[in-house]
Amino acid sequence: MNPIIILHAGLATGTILLFAAIGEVFAERAGILNLGVEGMMLMGAMAGFSTSLSTGSPMLGLLVAILAGGILSLAHGLVTIHFQADQVVSGLSLTFLGTGLALVLGQGLTGQNPPLVPSFDIPGLALIPFIGPVFFANHSLLVYVGYLFAPLTWYYIYKTRPGMHLRAVGEKPEAADTMGLNVYALRYFYVFVGGCLAGLAGATISLSVSPGWFSELTTSGQGWIAVGLVIFAQWDPLRAAFGGYLFGALRRTILDLQGPATLFGLTNPLYINPNFSFFLQMAPFILTIAALVWGSRAAIRERLGAPAALGVPYIRGERGL
Amino acid sequence: MRAKTFSKLSWLLALILVLILAACGGNATEEPAAEEPAVEAPAAEEPAAEEPAAEEASTQEGSYQIPAIEEGKYNVAFVYVGPHDDGGWTQAHDVGRQYVEANVENVHTAYVETVAEGADAEQVIRSLARKGFDVIFTTSFGYMDASEIVADEFPDVDIIHISGFKSNEANFGNLFGAMEDMKYLAGMLAGSRAKTDGNPKLGYIATFPIPEELRLGNAFSLGVQQTCPDCTIDVRWIFTWHDPIVEKEAAASLFDGGAQVVMTGADTPAPAEAAPDGKWGITYDYSGNCKIDACLTSMYWNWGPVYSRIIEESRDGTWVGGWEYFDADAGAMGLYGFMDGETMQPGAASLPAEDLQLIQDTLASMLAGEFTRFDVFKGPITDNQGNVVLEDGVSLEQLDLDGFSQFGSECKTCMYWWNQNITAELPSLE
Repeated sequence: MNPIIILHAGLATGTILLFAAIGEVFAERAGILNLGVEGMMLMGAMAGFSTSLSTGSPMLGLLVAILAGGILSLAHGLVTIHFQADQVVSGLSLTFLGTGLALVLGQGLTGQNPPLVPSFDIPGLALIPFIGPVFFANHSLLVYVGYLFAPLTWYYIYKTRPGMHLRAVGEKPEAADTMGLNVYALRYFYVFVGGCLAGLAGATISLSVSPGWFSELTTSGQGWIAVGLVIFAQWDPLRAAFGGYLFGALRRTILDLQGPATLFGLTNPLYINPNFSFFLQMAPFILTIAALVWGSRAAIRERLGAPAALGVPYIRGERGL
Repeated sequence: MRAKTFSKLSWLLALILVLILAACGGNATEEPAAEEPAVEAPAAEEPAAEEPAAEEASTQEGSYQIPAIEEGKYNVAFVYVGPHDDGGWTQAHDVGRQYVEANVENVHTAYVETVAEGADAEQVIRSLARKGFDVIFTTSFGYMDASEIVADEFPDVDIIHISGFKSNEANFGNLFGAMEDMKYLAGMLAGSRAKTDGNPKLGYIATFPIPEELRLGNAFSLGVQQTCPDCTIDVRWIFTWHDPIVEKEAAASLFDGGAQVVMTGADTPAPAEAAPDGKWGITYDYSGNCKIDACLTSMYWNWGPVYSRIIEESRDGTWVGGWEYFDADAGAMGLYGFMDGETMQPGAASLPAEDLQLIQDTLASMLAGEFTRFDVFKGPITDNQGNVVLEDGVSLEQLDLDGFSQFGSECKTCMYWWNQNITAELPSLE
């Protein structure tokens, strides 16, 4: 039970959720709920792994993973933006489509060892006591990218003009349309961005955090956690990043908790009975379900700051909300 | 209005999410056994007209593809809990299947992979029996009850279940081997490695609190005790046979907790892959999964010869169900690097000569049938609570090796104990 190790592992696994959840923040901020994150992540994981294996370049693998997730998300865009179909149903179908495609295309990848995204220390910063070994030592390049990415997206969404356009499209699309924004194009674009980030999250698993291709166990439900995380995070990328790291650390803590006989002078229940770890393993999923149910009530959604037009197809000329 | 619709949809979504999560792990199947084995190439001389009639179409059972039989051949099916190329338990069975295909005449083999234990397994096994397979090997502990039910329904089909404890005296057999023999040797190796490296801590990734996992963990720790009396062993329970990511995290957790060597009871090469520089992992099940230098050895299964014998006997009508448990002398298991024609991994080859000699001598007497599981579990043995499990010179009996009194076994000294050098509590069985 070394806090440095748990936090270090939490930042690594949390980076997966960070990319996926921020991607979903973009899509939902534009008014499109995309429940296909799990499927897009699996496609990204498979495509990135496969590309790195055949070309020897993990960076090219990341690029292909991003494109794979993005292209898959366009299917959701077409159905929900163009044909104005139900976003929940389309998103769920996207999960099954992505999972099925990834499993078929990923045949034969198990047990292969492609080159991975490099890990390294940040010179200087790694030497700071506690902070250094947790945040700046022996992390994958993607973890460091995540540190910069979360604040940058926050700044983009809240402080820049394109960010304001994004929010306008998700809050009051008819007003945005009146302003001269192309609502359809912007929604397509941010659904695509969300898909790209889900693909990147998938490749973060297969090429960095837990290298390998293990069919549907590669993501093992993390896409769903990312979807729930967005509600917890109140559609804020910084909170999404924090939540991702928290869930990441929890994942590792569950295993480490089986080690010590006592905690803070008390008998450790997980040491006496490891079966309890089932409940901790369930925790992220229970919280996800709770968040989805809780976050679906209109009054609470308003208080949480959900984009007002989230889940509502925009049809030009029809009355708004 | 819209918010209300959204609310309803969200409830629906939550429900679907629960269902998906509940079904997690068993919802994917890939097309099995499409390729024809090369051995069958001479069959091309047969008249081509027979070809279309020879093969019936495969069918769908839930999300599983049920393969077809080939008329005129002896048809053997395998049910796998993981993917056929998992690099561990299931791949070892698939290597056995390929051995059967290559070495037994006029036999057709097929498999269904990633079959969830429980109700799904029963459907798949029943479909295979209905299809007309003559022998079905069900290769996971959780297939036991399903195998028993289907064996009762189809008395003409021989069903062999691996790793359980139920059987009948007709067409339902139970087959397993004393992997504790190899785990004991691996323990000697791991103890020697930890002692040589000057870090007397080891780790064991355990799957489920069942007798098999405690037996194998105890066998490993008894082996460790032979070469490193000061060594201790930490345990992580992962409650899964096949989840490479969880297994890797458990290995990382043990290594970070100070372990020098980590051994696994689950199905993937994770411990060797997770081993940091200068530390070691021991893989399980499949001889081909101990490739990287951080891997000390692998305790592996060699199912081919046993499967071939059972299939031949079944075809001759001489096979009867019942309980079969083989030791190392049956030739169906090995310790990678120490068997004929294998080269030791670097981490093993650099160990003190007297320890290697001890391992090789013990292995030789195991293969000669002079050292069995009853010698592995021979007193004096003390558990980690300070109780004497076995007095000097007394051995456990078969029921003790595979029984918990909590599960209704009539064992006397049941397997519900941890050897003295294991620093973990027993898992609760409630």
